[in-house]
Amino acid sequence: MNATGPGPAAPATAAGPAAVTADEMMTACAARALTDGMTCFVGIGLPSAAANLARATHAPNLVLIYESGTIGAKPGRLPLSIGDGILAETADAVVSVPEIFNYWLQPGRIGVGFLGAAQIDRFGNINTTVIGATYAEPKVRLPGAGGAPEIAASCREVIVVVRQTRRSFVDRVDFVTSVGFGDGAGHRERLGLAGAGPRKVITDLGILEPDGQTCELTLTGLYPGISVEDVRAKTGWDLAVSASLEVLAPPTAAELTALRQLQDNNPGELQANSASE
Amino acid sequence: MAKIVSLADAVARAVHDGDAVAMEGFTHLIPFAAGREVIRQRRRDLTLIRMTPDVIYDQLIGAGCAGKLIFSWGGNPGVGSLHRFRDAVENGWPGPLQLEEHSHAGMANRYMAGASGVPFAILRGYSGTGLEGLPGLDGQPAVRPITCPFTGERLTAVAALNPDVAVIHAQRADRAGNVQLWGITGVQKEAVLSAQRSIVTVEEIVDELDPQPGSIVLPSWVVGYVAEVPGGSHPSYALGYSARDNDFYQAWDAISRDRDRFGRWLADEVFGAPASHLAGAGAARGGCGA
Repeated sequence: MNATGPGPAAPATAAGPAAVTADEMMTACAARALTDGMTCFVGIGLPSAAANLARATHAPNLVLIYESGTIGAKPGRLPLSIGDGILAETADAVVSVPEIFNYWLQPGRIGVGFLGAAQIDRFGNINTTVIGATYAEPKVRLPGAGGAPEIAASCREVIVVVRQTRRSFVDRVDFVTSVGFGDGAGHRERLGLAGAGPRKVITDLGILEPDGQTCELTLTGLYPGISVEDVRAKTGWDLAVSASLEVLAPPTAAELTALRQLQDNNPGELQANSASE
Repeated sequence: MAKIVSLADAVARAVHDGDAVAMEGFTHLIPFAAGREVIRQRRRDLTLIRMTPDVIYDQLIGAGCAGKLIFSWGGNPGVGSLHRFRDAVENGWPGPLQLEEHSHAGMANRYMAGASGVPFAILRGYSGTGLEGLPGLDGQPAVRPITCPFTGERLTAVAALNPDVAVIHAQRADRAGNVQLWGITGVQKEAVLSAQRSIVTVEEIVDELDPQPGSIVLPSWVVGYVAEVPGGSHPSYALGYSARDNDFYQAWDAISRDRDRFGRWLADEVFGAPASHLAGAGAARGGCGA
């Protein structure tokens, strides 16, 4: 990740047709977290936009895998759902849903799981099930688990893309749908989870990464124009800040052009994060 | 051998009050017309089973057909909430809805066990999640730990699903009732093979099933009823026949958000519509439609 001096988020060139939005900044940062040739199990919404941006820019050989059973999908626009026909039509292989989970995800074949969240806590645990004190009488009923629990458990690592608010970034999630680091260091190992867990949580303010000792999410990157206090104000716990905090580069002109082209056919996509409500 | 009948006849014969019904189709090939026919025939107290309840179960839940739901992801894909589902869970409207909730991997394995004729399946899953502790419809834990008899490793067991009836939509059947589907095939094969009875709606009935890349064929002798219903997966889609009606999924958000507006939709589009889904020219084609 390139660091730049602080300044307002703006298009990298004067050719940019409009100011860079926070979602575009987030999507570009999430895309940069993927390297060429990786295998990536993609959740719909923000993660899908970022994974497709990566494939359209620096990672043309990124292997996109969707839980609908499409392996190596190469959509030229953002799919509107995980079962969008364009995924099947452009895939290297289309397999059944039992097969995608049992043969492909479960053995640890897939490099990175790319997930959204409605609620995430200081140890990177994700809730997409219910908001409220009890499961039986929820204040808000969210969609539920989908493929996320096993993606979070079995991919070799996980990247979470989620907009940051005090409601979504909480000390403890109301319900653990997908395990991040559980209660902290060592918990994943005790549970027998094969993958390493969350590597980055990319938000619309910056990037959080787990502390090497405690596994607690720590602020490691800020977008231009965003302060540590801005992030703390939208975090529901006493957020630790990395000693090597960096300011992240805004999207390049090429990234912006590619992202906006992908979105042209379905402009609703960035608003539609299926893991939130 | 499968019987080729009208959709109304298939539902009348195969779906009864109180049944456990699995209508499958993973975003693709969702049997919407069959779902509306179940509403039209006013089935009650169903246990609805489906990985992604989607708009099809939002309609059935809002119409009061369901008492229980077994599922793994209950959102409107690409849009947001299922409002009839949420209203039932959060407010008990139009009646209480008892939930049993899993992950996709758990549901897929439950269908596989059901299709395989074994009582449970094992997977690496659920460990450390809140789903582990949730009760099934019988009040007992829905998933349970199991120790591998060979290695001693601890894994998760999920119970087989064996619905009373499975309902799917496919691209084609031949006149003998052999069914062919392709594209994203989801968990439909497992759903049909795990169920006591089955209904398959198809885009068309043809003389010969030409080979298609990646297609699945369900032989006639494992299928209960076949009904020709062109467009029967709308607003979902049938690869090679139709495109997903994303605008309808968006529009459903507003239709379903309000109880009265949903009631008007039911009156106009389900109870007020002819038995076959397509009122226009498409429905007239072929002799086997309703």
